[in-house]
Amino acid sequence: MTTVYDDRGEQAAATDVPLRRIAFTINGARKIAEVEPRLLLAHLIRRGLGLTGTHLGCDTTNCGACTVLVDGKAVKSCTMLAVQADGHEITTVEGLATASELHPLQEGFRQEHGLQCGFCTPGMMLSAKALLDANPSPTEEDVRWALSGNLCRCTGYQNIVKSVLWAADKLRAAGNGAGGEPGAGDGSGAGEDGSS
Amino acid sequence: MYPSRFRYEAPRSLTEAIGLLHTTESAGDQAKVLAGGQSLVPLMKLRFAAPELIVDINNLPGLDYHRADPDGTIRVGALCRHADLEHSALLASTQPTMAAAAPLIADPIVRNRGTLVGSLCHADPQGDWASVVVALGGSVVAQGPGGRRSIPADAFVTGPFENALAPDEIAVEAVIPPPQGVPAGGYLKLERRVGDFATVGVAVALDTAGGTVTRAGIALTGVGGSTIAATEAGQALTGKVLTAEIIEQAAGLAAQAARPRTDHRGSAEYKRHMVRTFVTRLLTRAGQAAEAERAA
Ligand SMILES: Cc1cc2nc3c(=O)[nH]c(=O)nc-3n(C[C@H](O)[C@H](O)[C@H](O)COP(=O)(O)OP(=O)(O)OC[C@H]3O[C@@H](n4cnc5c(N)ncnc54)[C@H](O)[C@@H]3O)c2cc1C
Ligand code: FES
Ligand code: FES
Repeated sequence: MTTVYDDRGEQAAATDVPLRRIAFTINGARKIAEVEPRLLLAHLIRRGLGLTGTHLGCDTTNCGACTVLVDGKAVKSCTMLAVQADGHEITTVEGLATASELHPLQEGFRQEHGLQCGFCTPGMMLSAKALLDANPSPTEEDVRWALSGNLCRCTGYQNIVKSVLWAADKLRAAGNGAGGEPGAGDGSGAGEDGSS
Repeated sequence: MYPSRFRYEAPRSLTEAIGLLHTTESAGDQAKVLAGGQSLVPLMKLRFAAPELIVDINNLPGLDYHRADPDGTIRVGALCRHADLEHSALLASTQPTMAAAAPLIADPIVRNRGTLVGSLCHADPQGDWASVVVALGGSVVAQGPGGRRSIPADAFVTGPFENALAPDEIAVEAVIPPPQGVPAGGYLKLERRVGDFATVGVAVALDTAGGTVTRAGIALTGVGGSTIAATEAGQALTGKVLTAEIIEQAAGLAAQAARPRTDHRGSAEYKRHMVRTFVTRLLTRAGQAAEAERAA
């Protein structure tokens, strides 16, 4: 990806920028990028790939808004270097839905009103996805614990927890081949991404 | 926020990694090891750290282990994450102090990347692992151009954010010596909210045999300029049965060892009081367990 610097007339500046070529997979698509080592994964995702569903909240590793999955594990993308994605598989919120269907987590957040401003929502969903992938039948306590690194300034968390439990039910029902829950998504989208 | 510009290497062997540190150091530049990055990357973004070279050790093979030797020695490799220890069946069944501390480090997302060894190297006075490893009488194995050496944990942390490593050494593992009896103890942490650093943290690590304490270590988090080993409190327990009097004495000694400062997390007095309370709680629990063991 291209990074543009101010030209402050320093001779060496232009040749000084060390670039690394990396190859990685994001939401199932294989990519190659040329990045400066100090570029953060969050910036590669948002600016290099234009996937602005990954939000930067605090930029200080506290809020979890920037959470993505790296090889299935929740990671704060503001605190990982983009070069470290080399050889790894990234999932962002854009990787949850298919062209025609919302992911059960996205549906759950819509059904249970799991968001207000929506800023924390992508990070919440990815932490929740990592939880449900590892534990399809979480208790409320399990959900609260798994989301304890993701801060929300709006909801008071109650409906977020309900949303994740809703999704867990739905995913279990689907896994058992027992058909969907009432109100299955029609893919019309509900604006879960919030502003970016 | 961006870190300032640096060169980046992700070597595939320990020898290569040490070589990179050595040549950078010899050239008068600063090189930093990148493990979980959960302390280093935030510091670099805030420009508190601005190394010329980052040596990312995440691609080094065979360092993500934690395991027990046949004699009960526990070894934690440099790439073993907090989350690995939180979900460890080995620790759950053999090492109560480590098992209690692991889920209390940071938050679940940070635990997926951060490492125990990185936490020891970072030497934050509020780092929980240093207290745990000091209480257990553990050590750190460092490898440099001249070979390997072992550094006791209480000598490894030399001050706030300072450790005993030479600039061209990498900490390859933390080592916990085998128990001298049945391990007991735990870790208690007072935090303002889940995932916060400790207002006060107390690590108690005991070994007991037939109800008597054979070895005791107590260490404190967040109540001084660096991790505090409450050595006298530990000594007061050795060879004793955990009676209410003995527990009170040790809790008093631990509270005396604390050097808390009043800050946004609480007053010095409150923190010292919490040290006493936590030591009492942990020892009372351990005493009950030892009593049950003796009765069995
Ligand atoms: C929001 C948040 C909350 C946190 N809360 C807590 C908490 O409650 N308790 C707690 O204990 N910690 C907490 N931490 C810190 C966390 O535990 C870090 O993971 C840990 O301090 C550093 O480990 P790391 O592997 O991430 O190291 P890094 O960040 O990669 O490195 C830290 C330092 O150690 C050096 N280093 C790392 N590994 C080695 C090695 N093998 N050899 C030589 N040098 C090495 C690096 O050069 C650097 O100077 C928190 C962090 C965040 C972001
Ligand atoms: S933006 Fe990454 S944790 Fe807040
Ligand atoms: S919905 Fe606004 S921060 Fe969570």
